[in-house]
Formats: sequence, C-alpha cells, structure tokens
Amino acid sequence: MSWPVRPTQQIGTALDHVAGMTLAAVLAVLWGLPLLYSVWTAFHAEKYSVQFDLTAPWTLQNFVEAWNAAPFGLYFINTVLLSLMAVSANFVLCTLTAYGLVRYRFRWAGPLFALIMVQMLITPEILIGPNYLTLARLGLIDTIFGVALPYLSSAFGIFLLRQTFKTVPASLDEAATMEGAGMWRVLWDVYVPLAKPVYLAYGLVSVSFHWNNFLWPLIVTNSPEARPVTVGLSVFATVDSGVEWSLVNAATLMTTAPLVLAFLLFQRGFVDNFMRIGIK
Amino acid sequence: MNKPLGISRAIALLGVPLVLLITFTHYPLLQSVVSSFWSKGTKIRPSKFIGLDNYAKLFDDPVLAKVMWNSLIYAAVTIPVTVALSIAMALLVNSKLPGRALMRLSFFLPTMLPMIAVANLWLFVYVPGYGLIAQVMIWLGLPDINFLGSSETALWAMMVVAVWKEAGLFMIFYLAALQSIPQNLKEAAVLEGAGKARVFRDIVWPLLAPTTVFVAINAMLNAFRVIDHVVAMTNGGPNNASALLLFYIYQVAFGFRDFPYGATLTVLLAGILGLFAIVQFKLLDRRTHYQ
Amino acid sequence: MKLNRLLGTAALAAGLYGTTVSGVQAADLEFYFPVGVNAPAVETIQEMVDAWDEAHPEHTVKAVYAGNYEETTTKALTAAQAGNAPDVAVLLAIDIFTLVEEDVVAPFSQMATSEEDKAWMDSFIKGFTVDTVFGGETYSIPFQRSTPIFYYNKDAFREAGLDPEKAPESWAEMIEIGKKLVKKDDAGNVVQWGTRVPNLGLAGLWLLGGMVYSMDGTLTTDSGTEVQFNTDATLSAISFLKSLAEEGIMQPGGVTWGDTPKAFIEGNTASMWTSSGNLAFVNDNAEFEWGTAFLPGGNHPGASLGGGNFYIFKDTSDDEKAAALDLVKFMTSPENAAKWAISTGYVATSEAAWETAAIKDYTAQLPQALVARDQLPYAYREVATFQRKRVAQIMADALEAIIAEGADPKASLANAQSEVDKILADYN
Repeated sequence: MSWPVRPTQQIGTALDHVAGMTLAAVLAVLWGLPLLYSVWTAFHAEKYSVQFDLTAPWTLQNFVEAWNAAPFGLYFINTVLLSLMAVSANFVLCTLTAYGLVRYRFRWAGPLFALIMVQMLITPEILIGPNYLTLARLGLIDTIFGVALPYLSSAFGIFLLRQTFKTVPASLDEAATMEGAGMWRVLWDVYVPLAKPVYLAYGLVSVSFHWNNFLWPLIVTNSPEARPVTVGLSVFATVDSGVEWSLVNAATLMTTAPLVLAFLLFQRGFVDNFMRIGIK
Repeated sequence: MNKPLGISRAIALLGVPLVLLITFTHYPLLQSVVSSFWSKGTKIRPSKFIGLDNYAKLFDDPVLAKVMWNSLIYAAVTIPVTVALSIAMALLVNSKLPGRALMRLSFFLPTMLPMIAVANLWLFVYVPGYGLIAQVMIWLGLPDINFLGSSETALWAMMVVAVWKEAGLFMIFYLAALQSIPQNLKEAAVLEGAGKARVFRDIVWPLLAPTTVFVAINAMLNAFRVIDHVVAMTNGGPNNASALLLFYIYQVAFGFRDFPYGATLTVLLAGILGLFAIVQFKLLDRRTHYQ
Repeated sequence: MKLNRLLGTAALAAGLYGTTVSGVQAADLEFYFPVGVNAPAVETIQEMVDAWDEAHPEHTVKAVYAGNYEETTTKALTAAQAGNAPDVAVLLAIDIFTLVEEDVVAPFSQMATSEEDKAWMDSFIKGFTVDTVFGGETYSIPFQRSTPIFYYNKDAFREAGLDPEKAPESWAEMIEIGKKLVKKDDAGNVVQWGTRVPNLGLAGLWLLGGMVYSMDGTLTTDSGTEVQFNTDATLSAISFLKSLAEEGIMQPGGVTWGDTPKAFIEGNTASMWTSSGNLAFVNDNAEFEWGTAFLPGGNHPGASLGGGNFYIFKDTSDDEKAAALDLVKFMTSPENAAKWAISTGYVATSEAAWETAAIKDYTAQLPQALVARDQLPYAYREVATFQRKRVAQIMADALEAIIAEGADPKASLANAQSEVDKILADYN
C-alpha cells in the first residue's frame, strides 16, 4: 500500500485503494462507536442515555455524582502504585535472573530455566485458589503489595531479557571486564542499554496487564484502601438494583481518562519511539 | 561468557526471583495436586482423603464438558482473529490512507480501557430493545437480537469483546515490526512484478514472524486467563453457554467454596497449558533451525 | 471520623489511668455491606454508621462496601477462613446455612440475652425472621430486605384502553392484559413489550420461587436440606413463564435482571417484575405515571423474600461483639429502619418502623411503597439450603436451559433435582 507501483497496475491499485479505504472506515467506525456511545451517555442525563436527541442538554452531573459515590481518586492512586510496584520489580528481578542465566555457567542452568518457563504459561491467575491461601498466611490480604506479589517475578520478562542478553557480543562484555568493570558495572553499562527496546515493549505489556487485572485483586482486596480501579469499577457497577448507565459510563471514562489523555499527549513521541527502536 | 556462578552471585542474582516464582507458581501447583485428592471441607464437615474421586468427577461433570468446549472454541477463534485483525490494522495505519492518525487512535483506545470497563461499555451495546446494536437494528427495520440472553450468541458476544479490546495493542507491535522492514525489499519485489498479495506473503509475513510468535503467545495466554468480561457480563450464562475454564475454576473455588475440586480443575488447566507449551517449544525449535 | 478516633484514644488513655469514661472497652469494628449501584444506599449506610460512631466516641467503625451480595458473602467467608473476618456484616439472609456450616458467625440469641434484647429480637416482622433461625439459635437480624413487586406504566395502560388502576392479579390476566400492551412498529418489530420477568441467573430463580409459592409449593423447605424442584407447582410456574414469550408478550430468550428497570423507564416494556429496591430509581427517572401491585400469581399472589441480614462474626472479641450488637440495634431501630427503607426502597423490617412519622409521610407521597409490605403475607423465603450457591446454580442453570435453549422442562427439572439431591444427601 505504501510502495510504488507500475503503471499497468494502477487500475487494480485504485480498486485496492477503495477496498482499503472501505475496510479502514468500517473498522474505525466499529472500533470507535462503542466509545463514542459511552461518551454520549456519560455526558447526558440518564433519560437521554439511550435517546440520541442532538438537542439534549450536556451535563457534568454524572461525573459529580459518580465521583461522590465512590473514592475513584483513591482507586486510581492504588492502580498507579500497583503498576509501578509491579513494573519496577519486574525490571529489576527479571534483569538479574536473565543476566545470571546468560552470563554465568552452572550445572543446573537448563533445568532451572525450564522451571522458570513453567510460569510463562501457568500464570498466577490460574492459581488464584492456593495463592489466596498463601497470601492469607503471609498476612497480606487486602494490601496493594499483596496484589502485586505473585507477579513481581515474571517468566515472560526473564524469557525476553534472556533472549536479548544472549545477543550481546562477548567481545563487549570482555572489553568491559578487561577495563576492570565488575559484575554490576558490566550489567549496567553493557547489557541493560542493549535491551532498551525490550524493556519498552515488556513495560508496555506489563503496565497494561496490571492496569487491566481484575480477578486476582477482586479476590484479594476487601477495602477501598487497597482496591484498584478495575475492582472499584465492578463494585460500583454491580447490578443488584438496576444499572444507571450514565453513572457507570461517567465512572468508566473518569477512571480511564488519565491514561488516555497521557497517551493522546505523548502518542507521537511514544509510538515513534517505540517504532524506531522496534522489537526483535 | 561462561564464568562460574558462585554461591554468593547465585543468591544475589537468582535468589529473590526464584523464591517468588516457587512460592507463587510451583508451590501452589503442587498444593493443587495435593488438595485435589481431598473432599470439600467445612468447619463442621472436615475434608476427607478421597483419592482420585475428584478426577473421576471431571469425566462426570456436564458443566465441565460444556466449559471445555467453550474454552476451545473461544481460543480457536479469538487467537487467529486477533492476530489477523491486528495485522490488518497495522497495515492500514502504516499506509498512506487519509485519516491514519484517527484510525490509529480509534484502534488503540480500547486497549487503554481495563477489560472490566470494556465489559460495562459493551453491556450497553448488547442490551436488547434499546442498546446500541438494537437501536441500529430497529432503525434498519430488523428484529433485534438477545446477544447475552441466548445460548447461541453469548459466547460469540464475549469473543467480540475480547477481540475489540486486544487487537489494538497487538497492532502496535506489528506497526513497529512493519516499520523496520526495509522499503527497498518491497520495492525490489514489486519491480519483479509481484502483486501485493505476493509481496505480503513472501516478504512481509515472514519478516513479521517473530512478532507473530510474540503476539500469538500473548493472545493464547489471554484466551485462557482473561475472564473479566464473563464475570461482568453474563456470569457464565445462560446455562453456562459463556463460561470459560478459568471462570469455572473461580466459581467452584470461591463461589461454591469447593477448593479441592477447584484445585482439580486447576491441575487440568495447567495440564492443558503444559501441552500447549510443549507444542510451542517444538515450533520455536523448528524456527531456530531455519535461522 | 478523625475526631472520633482522637476522642476514642483519649477515652482509652483515660481508661488506662483508672478514670474509666464509659466503662466500655474501645472497639474497632469492621463492617461489610452490599448494595447496588444507586448512590443513596451507600450514602445512607455511611450516614447511619457515622451517627452511631458519633454517639459512641470510644468505638470506631469502618463500613466497607464490598460489592454485590454474592461477592460480599464470598469475601466475608474467605476473609474469615484466613483469620481476617469482619466483625459485623450484612449478608444474604439465606446464607445462614453456609455461615453456620463454616462456623464463622455467632448467634445473636447468645449475645442479646436481656429482656429488653429479647423484645428487640421479637420486634421484627415474622416473615423476615424465618431465615434468621437455625437449630434453635437466632443468627441474624433482618435489615436490608426486599421482595419483588409488579411495576406498571399507567400511561401505557391508558393508551391500550386498560384501567390504569387495575393491575393483573392472576397469570391468566397477565397474559390477557399483556397482549394488549404490546406495541409494534411498521416493520412489525416490537417497540413496547407487555411485561418483563427476569429469568436469568439467581435473580430468575428468585422470581420463579415466588411463582411456585403462588401455586402452593416451595422450592426449598425450612430445613435447608431439601429441594422440591421437580414438582407440578414448578412446572406450572415455568409454563406460565414460557407462555409470556410464546404469546409475544415478553422478549424471547433470557431476560437479564440488571437491564430491567432501565427497560421499564425507557418504555421498552409496559410493566416489570422486580425488587421493591428499585422504587427510588423508578421514582427518580420515570417520566410517566406508574403504579405498583402484587405480583400476578397462580392460585393466589406469591413472592419470594430476599435481601440481607446483619450477622456478627465469631472470631471477634467480646467487647467488639458488644459494640457490634449495639451498632446492629442502632441500625435496625425504628427510626433508622424507616430512614433506610425510605432512601432505598428496601422493606422496613419491623412493625414499629412502619409506624414512624417519617415512613407515614413517605408512603403518603409514594403510596407505591406500601405494596411490598402488604404483599408480605404471600411471601416466602428464597431458595435456601446448605451448599446454597451450588444448589441454586444448578436450579438456575436448569431454568436457563428451559428458557434460553428450549430444553424440555420436565426432563430439566428432574435432572436438576437428582443433581441437588446428590449434593444434599450428605446433610440428611
């Protein structure tokens, strides 16, 4: 679509172009419509929530009500803390493990790696039952740290970093060692810089995972002080006495707006940077 | 790079990560196996050792049969559809079509919402009578569809939600990969008279392979571990038509408070994922042979 | 709250120095409660808890809104097993069997022993106290109780040429009137259904229970160990439910609970069967004249009772139990019960509450609210057994199979009956 074509292909290309445009338009509308609908509902009184009367008055009342009805600010801070805690621990712990696996030789390296890889597929959410009991024994139920704990060490991160560290040329490592750099120096100066794109890609996946995670925090948290946004939203929108759509949508937009705004502000930089680095 | 790993280095580098992994992956896995040999217990009726009874029950559980089938269809549909759509999106956004920025935004925004928020939103899309789809159907003079209230459509409705939410994230990875494909490769192919389909099949698709592996692994994991929309939208119904395996585990363990049978189901799910792992490692192995 | 804590600390300090302020040990209570989305309920609970807190500066109480009923029970039980039980919670009345079996709740009958206490425990409307007792002990106090009632759009009745003051009383009338209420557009698609009876999930089972009761049956017996699902009463209730869709009066297939009030407000249905807990929502949002009535019944009216009671957890110190008991008494006092009923639409649980000036003013303005109380003599508790969640899920699945998949009713009921019998065999 972006490459030059020979003149004989032009009619076909025009057709392609129309087909591409149609596909693009259909997809973009399908993807955008539910969100636009949610925006409409959130900014209108309940009675207009399903009536598309263009003269209907816009209102911020739903946001005020939703904000007053539940501590969404607190939920949001909890989610940010949770994500930061998890991602920074992921970076540190996965880097250490991958470094140990790649740079050093020891007898059980193979089986150890296989053991680590188990978590890549049998992820903590599959083990919610026993993990709840473990967390209870540690006295960490209803804490943000408790929500994060099973995820701090991640096989996926170790796998990605190990693959990347393996591509670090031995000569670079040796040169640094010759110059007297110790274990930590070599890690920091040689290995970590080369893995920047992987950190970015993995960081994105990890943040998006914790931003999304619901079932485990639902089980582990009881009180608003530890509840992330996802659990707060579900508790707010529970349907025992009927759904007030305007309120639910206002709450949904309100809690997701900060991340969306951040993306809108930084999207050029973020996406470009992401793409320039590329993932291997 | 094969310096010997001393004990102190081993502890410094591998200590904490391994303790965490063992505590929250291997130990609970083992614990699941152990408790699968016991019966449901309460304070008043303590748990008893029942050997393989829970495993026998697996074959005799009509709900499980349904749930397994649902999970299989769900994975078999959502994984390829998500991969295909995210490639299509990346190609569109990477093209010279007008409105690219808007498209990129529209595709990517859903991934920024948590699944639970997405589920809330889609409830309003699906509700019969006055929901978004219903209003369009009524406007077109068509009868509306009770998506979540009928057994034929509920699972498909869940799949649409999952694909809608996830495709945009994977699009970003494909976009990055597409941009790293050298322009001259494609140009050369076109000069040799290759059509677009050929260019895609012979040049673009193979070069996207590492990204596809990455995306497919993630899509597969999500197919088995993301059930938030099921919890929020249908609670598995009607008559378990939209229940997935992890949802059933959650229901049995935390709803019915039958931890041992929940553990048995966990062992089953772990076994299935383990099988996938073996297949995947084989595939990855083959790929490395090519290189 | 901060001031209270400060005062509490001061009181504690005073106590340590021998000059006891109130003679009561300070208690820090944790209180779990479930309610729906409507903000007034959460606010009202918080107001009431704050009022109690202010009156008892030596104690603190933290009210935790833990989600819907099922989630709150799950959380309280899971927390209790992990040794973190709340001190007091509002949980489903019918979870008494589960809570007793898990041995996590303390009976009120052993904590509230004075004459005054006994009078208080006797002050609740009898229908609500059936499910507070197990093995001769009273384990819970009725609080957040509800029952489904029939809501109808009087304007739609008028438009259909029906008497807006005469709601259908029997199933036959429901079908006859329902047919007249259906409106279609030019394309032949329905724009207004005759009625809406949620039939999915546990909510569907809740409503089915009332229908069965109107045919002189009950889905479960008082013992908590017996289910009577495969009966003629259930079959006739199901055939009525099916006929609503077959006659084109109700949207075919599964009808969800959560969307029902909204469908009524939007005019998508001319009537609905739903909880009295939606009175406030309908009153705030309906732009037409609406009324309430008893649910139409088979042989006579019939409805299920639902909702939550106060429980006090066992794993709580005696001082905390005493404070929790005081909190429960405060929350269920006639004035507070009335306040709670008015702000939410739940049914006030004591006769004295119905005698308060506040509730009399309220029912004078909103006479629709009286229906729920008047219907109580025709109401019976919802599905309640040991292993309730699993048993109820099997029954709800069978109902869904009949409704959403067209399964044969007789066979589905028999099948579900034998499954639940297997589960309950351990208890008989």
